[in-house]
Amino acid sequence: MSILMLLLLIGLPVVLSWPLGRFMTAVMNPPEHAADGRLAMLLRKTGGKMLDREQGWQGYLVSMLSFNAIMFTAVVLMLAFQQSLPLNPDSRGALEASLIFNTASSFVTNTNLQHYSGEVAMSYFSQLFALTWLQFVSAATGIACLAALARALAGKTLIGNFYRDLVRAILFLLMPLSVVVALLLVVGGVPMTFEGAAVARTLEGATQTIARGPVAAMEAIKQLGTNGGGFFGPNSTHPFENPSFLTNAIECMSIPLIAMASVWMFGRITGRMRHAAVIFAVMLLMLLLKAGIALSLESAPAMAFSGLPIDAMSNLEGKELRFGPATGAIWAAVTTATSNGSVNCMHDSLNPLTGLVPLAGMWLNVIFGGVGVGFINMFIFIIVGVFICGMMVGRTPEYCARKVETHEMKLALLALLVHPLLILVGTAVFASTSWGAGTVLNKGAHGFTEILYEFSSAAANNGSGFEGLGDGTVPWNVATGLVMLLGRYIPIVLPLAIAGSMAAKKPVPETSGTLRIDTPLFAVVILGSVLLIGALLFMPVAVLGPVADYLSTSLQ
Amino acid sequence: MQTTIIEDAGANLAASLRIAIATILLCGGLYPLFIFSFARIATPETASGSLLRNQAGKVVGSRLIAQSFTRPLYFRARPSAVKYDAAAAGGSNLSPAGPEVRKRAVQTIAEFGADSRRPLPADLAAASGSGLDPFITLRAALFQAPGVALARGMAVSDVEASVRRHAAGQKIFWSGEGLVNVLALNMELDAAQKNSIAPRQ
Repeated sequence: MSILMLLLLIGLPVVLSWPLGRFMTAVMNPPEHAADGRLAMLLRKTGGKMLDREQGWQGYLVSMLSFNAIMFTAVVLMLAFQQSLPLNPDSRGALEASLIFNTASSFVTNTNLQHYSGEVAMSYFSQLFALTWLQFVSAATGIACLAALARALAGKTLIGNFYRDLVRAILFLLMPLSVVVALLLVVGGVPMTFEGAAVARTLEGATQTIARGPVAAMEAIKQLGTNGGGFFGPNSTHPFENPSFLTNAIECMSIPLIAMASVWMFGRITGRMRHAAVIFAVMLLMLLLKAGIALSLESAPAMAFSGLPIDAMSNLEGKELRFGPATGAIWAAVTTATSNGSVNCMHDSLNPLTGLVPLAGMWLNVIFGGVGVGFINMFIFIIVGVFICGMMVGRTPEYCARKVETHEMKLALLALLVHPLLILVGTAVFASTSWGAGTVLNKGAHGFTEILYEFSSAAANNGSGFEGLGDGTVPWNVATGLVMLLGRYIPIVLPLAIAGSMAAKKPVPETSGTLRIDTPLFAVVILGSVLLIGALLFMPVAVLGPVADYLSTSLQ
Repeated sequence: MQTTIIEDAGANLAASLRIAIATILLCGGLYPLFIFSFARIATPETASGSLLRNQAGKVVGSRLIAQSFTRPLYFRARPSAVKYDAAAAGGSNLSPAGPEVRKRAVQTIAEFGADSRRPLPADLAAASGSGLDPFITLRAALFQAPGVALARGMAVSDVEASVRRHAAGQKIFWSGEGLVNVLALNMELDAAQKNSIAPRQ
C-alpha cells in the first residue's frame, strides 16, 4: 500500500505538470500582440519605463540583482523593527542582528533555512509582509531566470525583461495557484486568524498557550514556490500547518508541481520538447529511486527499541500519526529533491541510513530542484555532459545548435564546483572547531551529519535541517547566510552568462554528426554526469556521516 | 557609456522599489486578507484553531493539539519533547538508534508497566515530530483502556467501546487502523461520567 501512496503523491504532480507547463509558457512567453492591455498599463504605471525595455543577459542580471537587493533591504528593515510594527498580538520582541541577516538571506534566496521558531520569534506582520512576500518574489525570480535562460538557448540575444517576467510569474502563476491551495487547506482545517495565541485551561487544570495565526496563506506558497519556510518551528509536522491525511497529500503534491512544470516550460520556449522529456525522465527516475529507498529504509523500526517490550512498527520517532506510516519518507525524498525544505517529520530522527536520501538530493540539487533554478542547475550538468561526449568523439561539442567552447566550459566548471566547495569547506571548518562541534545534539557520526546537513541545505537553498543542531549562534547565522547567498546567485549568474555567450554565436547546422540531445542515450549520459560528478564529490562525507552512523549503531 | 550605467542603475533601483512595494501589498496584504475572509465565513471554527470548550464555555484546548495528561483517569498522548508546549513546538531530534531514545523508552515502559506479554505500542514509545500529535493509534488506546477504566471505576468494555467509536471516525484510509484523538476521548469520558453521576447528586 505504501508503494501506491508513493505513486499517487509523485504521479499526480507529474500528470498535472504537463498542462501547467503549457500554461506557464503562455504566462512567461505570451504570444506576440497578446492583449495584456490593462495589465500592461498597470505595470507601466507601477514599474515605470524600465519595463518596456528588452534586455540582454547582462541587463537582465543587473535588474535581477537590483530587485533582490531591494528584497533583502526591505526584509532586514521589517524584521529589525517588528516590535514597533502592527499585527503583533503576542508582542514579539526585537530579533538579534545575525539572525536577521540569516533570515533575510534565507528567504531572499528561496532557501528558508530557519534559525528561529516562527511561533516564538515572529510577529504576524513579519510572517506575512516580510516572509510570505519573499516566498512569492524569490520563487518568481527563479522562474523568470529560467525563462530568460530558455530564451537565450532558443537563440535570442535579447532575453526579455526581468521585471515583466517577475510580475507575470507572480500574478498569473504563483498567486492563482496559491489561492487555490490555501483555500483547500483552509477547508482542510488549517487556521487562518489574526487573533493572538489562545490560552486554554487543560482538563488537568494546567495552562496551555496555543500559538496560532494566519497559517494557511503562508502554507500554500511555502509549498508551491519550493520555499519550505513554515509558520511554526516544526514546519508541516505541526498539526496547525498540516492537520490531516488529506492536507498532507495536498501539500506533498504541491511541492514538486511547479518545479516539474518548469522543465516543460523550458522545452516549449526552446522548441525542444523531446529534449525536455529526456531530462524530465532522468529527473523522475532519480526521484522515484530516492523515494523508494527512503520508504524501504524508514519502514524499519527504531533501532533504539530493539530488545525492549515494544510492539514494533516503522520508525515513529519524530513522526506524526495522522499522515500514515509511509508519507514521512516520501515527503523527505520529494522535499530535498526539489529544494523545498519543508518537512512533515523530523529528519534528524530518520533512521541512520535514511538520512542519506535527503542529503543525496541536496548534493545533486537537480532532481527537479527549486522552481526555475532546478533546471538551471541541470543545464550545467547538460553542458558538461555534452562536452564529455564531444571530447570522446573528437568534435567541438554543441548544444541547442551553438558551439560550446573554452569560455563556456570555464564558467560551467566554476558553477559546478561552487556547490561542493561551499558544503565541504563549511562542514570541515565547523566540524573541527567549537563553532560546530559545540552545537550538535547527537554524538559521533550522527552529530557530524547534523553539521553536514546544515551546510548541504544552505548551499542547495533547501532549508530543511537536522534540527537537533543548535544553529541559532552567530557563527552559524553568518556562515550559512553567506553560503546561501553564494549558493543562490553564482549558479544563476554563470549559467545565464554561458547561455548569453552561446546565443551571441553563429548557429551551427545540425547534421548527422551532431550529438542528439533527445534520445535515451543522452538520458544515460546525463544520468552518468549527474551521478558520477555530483555524487562522487560527496562520497567521503557520506561515509563519514550517515554510513558510519548506521554501522556504529547496527553492528552491536 | 559611464552615464548610461549610472542612469540604468537609477532606473533599476526605481523600478525595483516600486515593484517591491506593489508586490508587498499584494502578497503580504491582499492575498492573506482574501484567504482570511474566506476562512472567516466558511470555516470559522477551524480557522481560529479548532478550539474545544467545556460546558461552561471555557477553552480547554484544541482538537489538533495534544496536551499533558498525568492522572491515571486520563488517556495519555504520545511523548512530547517540548512537554506539550503549544507555544514552542518541536520534536526530540534524537537519533532513533541513539541511547537517549532508548532510555526514554525504558522509562515509559516502566510507567505503563508493559512487558513482553503486553508490549508497549510503538507510538507511545516514540516522541512525535511536533511534540503536539493529538492522536494515538487504536492499539495504544486499547492498551491504556484497562488502566483508565480502573481509575474511573468504569467497566473496561464501556471504555473500549468509546475508544473504538473514536477510532472509527479517524480511519487513515489505506492502513485500516483508526486513530484516537486523546483530548476528545478524555473529554467524552469526563462528560459521560458527570452525566451518570449527576442524577445521584
